[in-house]
Amino acid sequence: MVPEELKYTKDHEWIKVEGDEITVGITDHAQSALGDITYVELPEEDEDFSAGDSFGTIESVKAASDCYVPVSGSVVAVNDELENTPEFINSDPYGDGWLVKVTLTDATELEELMDSEAYETLLKEEEE
Amino acid sequence: MQVIFEKSVKERATAQYPKLDVEAMDLASLTGGVLRENDAEIPELSELDVVRHFKALAKRNVGVDDTFYPLGSCTMKYNPKVNEKAAAMEGFTSLHPYVEFYRAQGTMKLLSHLEELLCGITGMAAFTLHPMAGAHGEWVGMSIIRKYHEVNGGKRNRVLVPDSSHGTNPASAAMAGFIVESVATDSNGEVEIDDLKSKLGDDLAGIMLTNPNTLGVFETKILEIAKMVHGSGGLLYYDGANLNAIMGKCRPGDMGFDVVHLNLHKTFATPHGGGGPGAGPVGVCSKLEQFLPTPRIVKNSEDDSEMPLIWSDDFPQSIGRVSGFYGNVGIAIRAYTYIRILGEAGLRQASEDAVLAANYLRVKIGKLFPVAFDRMCMHEFVVTPGELLKNGIHTLDIAKAMIDRGVHPMTIYFPLIVSEAMMIEPTETESVEELDRFIEIMEDILDVAKNDPELIKTSPHKTVVKRLDEAKAARSAIVTAGFN
Repeated sequence: MVPEELKYTKDHEWIKVEGDEITVGITDHAQSALGDITYVELPEEDEDFSAGDSFGTIESVKAASDCYVPVSGSVVAVNDELENTPEFINSDPYGDGWLVKVTLTDATELEELMDSEAYETLLKEEEE
Repeated sequence: MQVIFEKSVKERATAQYPKLDVEAMDLASLTGGVLRENDAEIPELSELDVVRHFKALAKRNVGVDDTFYPLGSCTMKYNPKVNEKAAAMEGFTSLHPYVEFYRAQGTMKLLSHLEELLCGITGMAAFTLHPMAGAHGEWVGMSIIRKYHEVNGGKRNRVLVPDSSHGTNPASAAMAGFIVESVATDSNGEVEIDDLKSKLGDDLAGIMLTNPNTLGVFETKILEIAKMVHGSGGLLYYDGANLNAIMGKCRPGDMGFDVVHLNLHKTFATPHGGGGPGAGPVGVCSKLEQFLPTPRIVKNSEDDSEMPLIWSDDFPQSIGRVSGFYGNVGIAIRAYTYIRILGEAGLRQASEDAVLAANYLRVKIGKLFPVAFDRMCMHEFVVTPGELLKNGIHTLDIAKAMIDRGVHPMTIYFPLIVSEAMMIEPTETESVEELDRFIEIMEDILDVAKNDPELIKTSPHKTVVKRLDEAKAARSAIVTAGFN
């Protein structure tokens, strides 16, 4: 099940919007496709990104994948817990497995994101 | 099984020294006072202990001498023993890298001739044998491309790789100082031309391609791609991982590639993987020759019948040294032997047989497991578990079940653009009977997976070590061994 309150990207990140701050993680589908996560490389706080930039890397037993920030902004918090327990991404992708919190510079960029319904359609399409 | 450190027993030395019958010397006086404070941690075992330890390890090892080894993209072909015989000749093995040039003329002649042969096979103007392995060759090749753009005043820092590329390609480009961007794959499994077109530009340094690519598909639009990239001022880099499909048929140089690296340990039947070392010679077109690493073997300008060849550092535009001496010469000797014994017709037949074997398996295995980009393949192809995924059976489970059935698993989860990929490359050295045996094994796995999926999910059952916790191995890696 895809949580209805979140926004999504075609690269299988989820975004939770709270005022001008967003939280970014990867979806349950993404963690399942990657398999057991073994290592996460995240940015420093205060680092600035433009929409579409890679902000980190997730390594699993199968592959290393880049994560992309869907909107422009500055990192305000990083999930340091993942350094020692990257498996949170597998066990709780929408909760303890969050990656970064970013403050928005341009809220209109959020309009590009998918809602849960559109994301579910994308998952179905990818299955086929 | 214990590691050798755990078997160590204090003061069980293999060697015994005669009683000291000369005046004792102060060791520190020899080293300017520098001495280590603690004893070196070396396992203490008898000769027999050591022999049994390594014999036991060797018995558990699996290689192409034991069984079918269809590791896609790795070309695990049989390594003829005559190659070993040649490389073991005393004239080669007792040669010290610091020996005067005139005493090494035979080896230098061989290396020089190997460079020429590789030029002929690939259609390049010049080769270096220095790189120690494939990824080292990639880095050398990309460094040459960087140097070329520097010399020509272009501020080109962007390199394209297809999304199906070997992981080493973007890594090597990044190591050589480039920003890497990926190009999409079209529905035929080839580079998507429109996507490539949109990524050209005056900051483009080049593109790295494997042809046939990692899906086992030949890039039929390669001439168009070369024209586009060259037109944009960029260069073409050929990853030679899949050269085994095209020897004697077509050449990277003729396709428009400017730099090529080869894996002698793949295409030219030298030992591979744990049996290495590898070798990753790099070839270039004539305008890049000046940038090749030094020293290079050249004709002696002085008329000296005892020393017609010398190593020369006199290439001011060279990217410099990339190896301590002259690359893995022992591997070069093996590859040279292989090429000379097969000859042009033999190499061509090797590629033909490799492609034939792959297509034979593609059609037969394709009846059991869906083939990704199902079309005439080159030397390898990719399948997926298909319907078995619904039973919770993944590629990893199938690979483990193959171990129980006595074959080495194929490459899994690569290329990344195919979910649950299984990449099969039989090579030319397997007989049709062996290929049929493999098909039967895959039929058996499919059958068991449908009727008793748990048996496949928990495999392997017949090995010394059962299913490994691969995540734990990566999350809490212990990569050093020692006492306590």
